Amino acid sequence: MTSAPDTPLVHVRDLRVAFESREPGVATVAAVNGVDFDLAPRETLCILGESGSGKSVTLRALMRLNPARTTRMSGTVRVAGQDIASASEAQMTAVRGRSVAMIFQEPMTALDPVFSIGTQIAETVRRHEGIDRAAARRRALQLLELVQVPSAARRLDAYPHELSGGLRQRAMIAMALSCRPRLLLADEPTTALDATVQIQVLLLLRELQREMGMGLIFVTHDLGVASEVADRIAVMYAGRFVEEAGVSDFLRQPMHPYAQGLLGATVHAGSRGRPLVTIAGAPPRLDRLPAGCAFAARCDRVMPACLDAMPALAAAGADRSARCLLVTPPRTALAA
Amino acid sequence: MLSYLLRRVLYAVPIALAVSVVCFLLVHLAPGDPINAIVSADTPADVVEQVRREYGLDRPLPTQFALWLGRVAQGDFGKSIASGRPVLDELGPAIVNTLRLSLGAAAIGFALGTALGVAAALARGRWPDKSIVALAAASVSVPHYWLGMVLVIVFSVVFNLLPSMGAGGGGSEAWRWDWEHVQYLVLPALTLSIIPMGIVARTVRGVVLDVLGQDFITTLRGKGLRGGRIALHVVKNAAPSVLSIMGLQLGYLMGGSILVETVFSWPGTGFMLNGAIFQRDIPVLQGTILVLALIFVLLNLLVDLMQTTLDPRIKRQ
Amino acid sequence: MNATVLHPDADALGTAAPALSPIPSTSAAAPPERGYWRTVAGRVLRDPVTLACAIVLAVMLLALLAAPLIAPHDPYQGSMGQRLKPIGSPGHWLGNDELGRDMLSRLLYGGRLSWFLGITPVLIALAIGGTLGIVAGYAGGWVNMAIMRTTDVFYAFPSVLLAVAISGALGPGLANAMLSLCLVFVPQIIRVAESTTTAVRNLDYIESARASGASALTIVRVQLLPNVLGPIVVYATSLISVSMILASGLSFLGLGTRPPEAEWGLMLNTLRTAIYTQPLLAMLPGLCIFVTSTCFNILSDGIRGAMDARQ
Repeated sequence: MTSAPDTPLVHVRDLRVAFESREPGVATVAAVNGVDFDLAPRETLCILGESGSGKSVTLRALMRLNPARTTRMSGTVRVAGQDIASASEAQMTAVRGRSVAMIFQEPMTALDPVFSIGTQIAETVRRHEGIDRAAARRRALQLLELVQVPSAARRLDAYPHELSGGLRQRAMIAMALSCRPRLLLADEPTTALDATVQIQVLLLLRELQREMGMGLIFVTHDLGVASEVADRIAVMYAGRFVEEAGVSDFLRQPMHPYAQGLLGATVHAGSRGRPLVTIAGAPPRLDRLPAGCAFAARCDRVMPACLDAMPALAAAGADRSARCLLVTPPRTALAA
Repeated sequence: MLSYLLRRVLYAVPIALAVSVVCFLLVHLAPGDPINAIVSADTPADVVEQVRREYGLDRPLPTQFALWLGRVAQGDFGKSIASGRPVLDELGPAIVNTLRLSLGAAAIGFALGTALGVAAALARGRWPDKSIVALAAASVSVPHYWLGMVLVIVFSVVFNLLPSMGAGGGGSEAWRWDWEHVQYLVLPALTLSIIPMGIVARTVRGVVLDVLGQDFITTLRGKGLRGGRIALHVVKNAAPSVLSIMGLQLGYLMGGSILVETVFSWPGTGFMLNGAIFQRDIPVLQGTILVLALIFVLLNLLVDLMQTTLDPRIKRQ
Repeated sequence: MNATVLHPDADALGTAAPALSPIPSTSAAAPPERGYWRTVAGRVLRDPVTLACAIVLAVMLLALLAAPLIAPHDPYQGSMGQRLKPIGSPGHWLGNDELGRDMLSRLLYGGRLSWFLGITPVLIALAIGGTLGIVAGYAGGWVNMAIMRTTDVFYAFPSVLLAVAISGALGPGLANAMLSLCLVFVPQIIRVAESTTTAVRNLDYIESARASGASALTIVRVQLLPNVLGPIVVYATSLISVSMILASGLSFLGLGTRPPEAEWGLMLNTLRTAIYTQPLLAMLPGLCIFVTSTCFNILSDGIRGAMDARQ
């Protein structure tokens, strides 16, 4: 893991998030089971994983955005100097949108349909900076231009349903950047967009991040997107990071069997004529996690020791780590 | 949008026409010679003949309808068999009284209903929610004329706090919004408000729960907005559905007040209707129903138009 | 995806209205099997409140059906010397009405008429309205327009007003009351049936049935009806409480049942003057209506909820 020279922008240790249910007979879902990482101030981390791996929950936990009543969260979470885990709700509302901001996957449903996008951008600014309506509107216009929305002035008063998917997502980015956050969280922001628009939005995000010097944590299931945007990649499986590395190291040589499976499963021009590679089986149920490695049931190189206890995330080379006994034999692994 | 609105307005016209056809046909539903439905039994024969010719009772039905429609358009609803006075004269003050009652009931019902609905939505799943849902279920199942009687028993007979019937002395023209008059309004309005209250509570609860479950609420929280501002978003999203239900309820209050007005002898259109039924006074029956139904059509139209203006997704076609 | 219709019943006003939850989902890939209904029944019976209502209704139904056997007195026999005896009088546990007739007996016999007036118009309206609505939904085009526009005209009247207008014009009497109630409910059922059918009709499995050459009648019978009847019938059951209240209301106004028949609404009317002397007595018939209506409403809500909650 990077030992950041300055204080890390994000510092997370042993984050656990579980969802309880009121209904009898419904077990608690352990969505995140011990996540540790640091993020340096202008760094981009990509959390890669399939549906149900816990990546969105992790992201939301950084802002305490999970539903309050049913979420049980523990561990250390510090973002931009603010202790997230123990902050009051009032303190959190001051943090959200200001030092940390999030953009969501589905811009059509993530935007309020009965307010214009100009109003929705402006209200964030007014909330955190207390400026008047006219000034907020001017700021919203600047932001729309920043995210390269054509005819920005006209679009200020447009409603979400009047815009295309790409424009809506740009509007959401504008909303997130409105108070110059230090950390930007992106939950699969391009998944719902057409392929061509995806590229544009990704490039925009990268450019804005560099310009504004933000940290970026980007959640996706798409390797291609991850390779485009990330400095570091963390692969998530059943609520834990199973591998973490710099993006080029990772792409050249993934170490965890699951990560290897993901890379092997990508479809590209060279796949023509050959049977597609898949990872057999399905992720474990989050309300009934096995005691040992969560991937053991699907691994083609499973050993008896894998079923005993969850391997720890241990160093596997310069600046990378993996949670696998094949990579870091038990003797050098730290206690899980 | 203007063309859309215009289309809605125009569509109401054939509805209104059809409604008047139905009202017109009411006379012919009544058993026996329609002439007996229009004039009283002791009218001299030559007057009867004159009326028969005037109303075109010896002409084909469509002609009769046209004649009737023409008269109605000029405000001539015929004469009450019982009192001999023009129907419109008696209808006017009655409508005003029913309006007072309906608005009073609407105010109570909508305010309480909204408050209860919001409380239930916010407390979802817990006991306040369950009890409010049960209360709402009971309130739409209660025969409100019976409830009126119960309230009369409690407040008039047992505790003697409020009058049990009428609208106070002095007739409609003497109405003032002071306690002396309003005390007559309390029980009937309360009785009439129960059902709308239940319906509004259930609607509001459903709509608010729906809105709160939408993705954009998470976005709003993610922006750090405080409860009050988020509430504004919820209200604006919920408003079209809730307001349209309220509008419909108002229409039903106006048109369906007959039972409560009967229990309390409140001198509104319902009371008039009751008397007309009792005395087989068809002109009054016809006129009252026509006016009430047309008011209902108008209200429905207004609700439609309002919903169009409120929801930006419908606006731009 | 729920077929969320603007519940035509957000209206039915002046009296009661059934729940406002959307019509249950009909996006099954195939007609629901026996197991589905058993699951629904199971869910309904597990909810204590709904179960309690079902039991209350069942007990009441039995009592009403057995009225000739269990009623202590003749409901039409009374003597003026015995009028308005209070509740708890020896031999007349629920007292006597204003003409000296035994209340318990009159309530039992009256209940038969009230239930009859509540259920029959709904059944008839279900048969007529259901057919028309399904036809309109399936056929589309001008058939649909003709049926739905006509329905719109009736919708232009508030239910109470319509019932009163027709009853008032026709005159008092059981048949007239039932006719006017039918005319109130048929449009409502048509609307629900039509929108449910339209929603189901556009689903893929109907398309594939047509593509495989099935005749319209077969499609309707095999694919459409099993999916559509459920929500329609549930809606109709929610109308029962409305019908009961409306019917009793008509009797209360002097339309519908005529004296000396026993019927809860009529009894409320004739006992009105007694509220000053025997208030509890005068409240009894209304209490019966209230309890019955609430139970029907909760039961129908419970069934709808159970149908909706399929996972």
